[in-house]
Amino acid sequence: MDKHEAKTKLANIMEKFIGLACKRLPDDVYAKLKELREREESEIQKVIYDTYFDNLDKALKLNRPACQDTGLLHFYINCGSEFKYIGIVEAALREAVANATVSAPLRQNAVNYFEERNTEDNTGERMPWIHWEIVPDNDELEICVYFAGAGCCLPGRAQVFKPSDGYAAIIKYVFDAVSDLGLNACPPFVVGVGLGHNVENAAVLSKMAYLRPLGTTHAHPKGAKLERDLLEGLNSLGIGAQGLPGKQVAMEVHVESSARHTATIAVGVSVSCYMHRRGFIKFNNDLEFDFSKSYKGVSI
Amino acid sequence: MKKILQTPIKDSDIIDLHIGDIIYLTGVLVTGRDDVHRRVVRENLTSPYDFNGGAIFHAGPIVKETEQENILISIGPTSSIRMEADEAEFIKKTGVKLIIGKGGMGERTAQACKEFKALHCLFVGGAAVTAASHVEKILACYWRELGMPECEWVLKVNEFGPLIVNIDAHGNNLFAQNKLKYAENKAICEEPIIESVKDYMNI
Repeated sequence: MDKHEAKTKLANIMEKFIGLACKRLPDDVYAKLKELREREESEIQKVIYDTYFDNLDKALKLNRPACQDTGLLHFYINCGSEFKYIGIVEAALREAVANATVSAPLRQNAVNYFEERNTEDNTGERMPWIHWEIVPDNDELEICVYFAGAGCCLPGRAQVFKPSDGYAAIIKYVFDAVSDLGLNACPPFVVGVGLGHNVENAAVLSKMAYLRPLGTTHAHPKGAKLERDLLEGLNSLGIGAQGLPGKQVAMEVHVESSARHTATIAVGVSVSCYMHRRGFIKFNNDLEFDFSKSYKGVSI
Repeated sequence: MKKILQTPIKDSDIIDLHIGDIIYLTGVLVTGRDDVHRRVVRENLTSPYDFNGGAIFHAGPIVKETEQENILISIGPTSSIRMEADEAEFIKKTGVKLIIGKGGMGERTAQACKEFKALHCLFVGGAAVTAASHVEKILACYWRELGMPECEWVLKVNEFGPLIVNIDAHGNNLFAQNKLKYAENKAICEEPIIESVKDYMNI
C-alpha cells in the first residue's frame, strides 16, 4: 500500500467510525448510565433518565447523531514509533471529518477566528484538534475520537496556585467548577482533573483524564484515593442529571498528573457530558482496525 | 392531564404556571441562540420571524439540506446561560412568551419574565432525536448566513416536551433556588476531603 492508498483507506475508515461514534455511546459509558439510573429515586430524575435512554434507542434505530451538538472533532493519538503511515494521519483525519460532516451528518460547528464565518465542514484552523503521543517500540496507531460539544467545554478552567495554598486548593477548585457552570453541562459527567505546574499542562492533563476508560484509576494510590473521595464528595452535593436535584452529578472522577514545579500547583478541570462520545480505534501496519475496546459486536 | 401550550401564547395561558411544572408545546417553535440574540439586541436588526406571542428554542439543529426540502435530523437544547447577557432585552423587544433551553438563566432574565410575562423552560439536554420526533416539519429558515446552528429554523411542533418550567411569569427561578442549596452543601462536602490531604506536602 503506498501513502496515497493508505491515506484514502484511513480516511474512509475514520469517516465511518466518526459516524458510529456520534450515534452510539461507548459500552463503558452506556453501562455506567444504566447503573446510575437505578440509584436515582426522584420522579423528575427518572423522567430525565428515561428520556436519555429513549433518545439513545431512537438514535440507533433512526441512525442519527444522538446529540445535535456533534462538537468539534478531537483526536488523541497514541502512535507507535514503528507505525508506517504516521505522515498521512493528519491529512486523513481532516478528510474524514469533512466527509463525515455530510455522511453522518454532523452539525457544522467550526468558525475561524477573525473570519467569523462557519466553514461548513467542521475543519478549520488547527481543526480537527490533534494531540500526539509517541509510543516507543510499537507499531500500532491508537486514535481516541472525542466530540467536543459546547456545553461541556464552557465549565472548563485551569489555574495556578502557590504551594502555600496546598492540596486544599485542588479540592476547592474542582468543587467550584462542578457546582457552578458544571450544572449546565448535562450531568452526570466524567470529571477530568489535571494536576501540573502551569495552565497549559494542567489543562491538557484534565482532558486526558476524562478520556480515560471508565473503571481505570490514577497510578498512585493517593491519586486513586483522591479520585474516589472527590467522586463521593461531588455526588453528595445533591445535584443530579441535568443539574436538577438528584444523587449523582458525576459518573467518575479521573485525575492525571505530571511533576510540578517546586513553586507551583496547577489545576485544570474539564468535564464531559452524559453523552460522552469518546471512542477508541486501533490500526496495525496493514491498516486493519479494531474498536472492540469501546464498541463490542458492532461493525461499520 | 397534559398541560399543552399553543402558539400564539397569551399572558393568561402562562400566568398560573409555576416552577417545576411540566408542560408541552404545540404550534410554531423557532430556533435562536447567540447570533440571533446579538443581531436583535446589539445590532438592532428586526428578526425575520416575528416572535410576538411566540416561542424561541435555544438550539442549533442538524439539518439535511437538499434542493427539494430541509430534513430535520437532530435538535436539542443548548446552554441557555450563554444568552443571559441579551435575553431580557430580547424579551422586551420581541414579545416572546416561551423560551426553551437547557440549564439555568440569571436574575435579569427572571426579572424580564416577571415584567413582560414570559417563561423559561428546560428540555432534556442531549435528547436530540427524541426532540426531533416531536417536530412535524421545517416551515422556513431565516438568516442562514449565520451558519446551520445559529440561524432561525421555523419548526412546526406537536406536543413538544416534556418541558420543565424553570422561570415562571412571577420571576421565580428554579435553577437559582437549587444553586443556593448546592452552595450550602459545598462546604460540608469539601471539608473531609480537604482534611484528608492536609499533610500531603509534608515529607
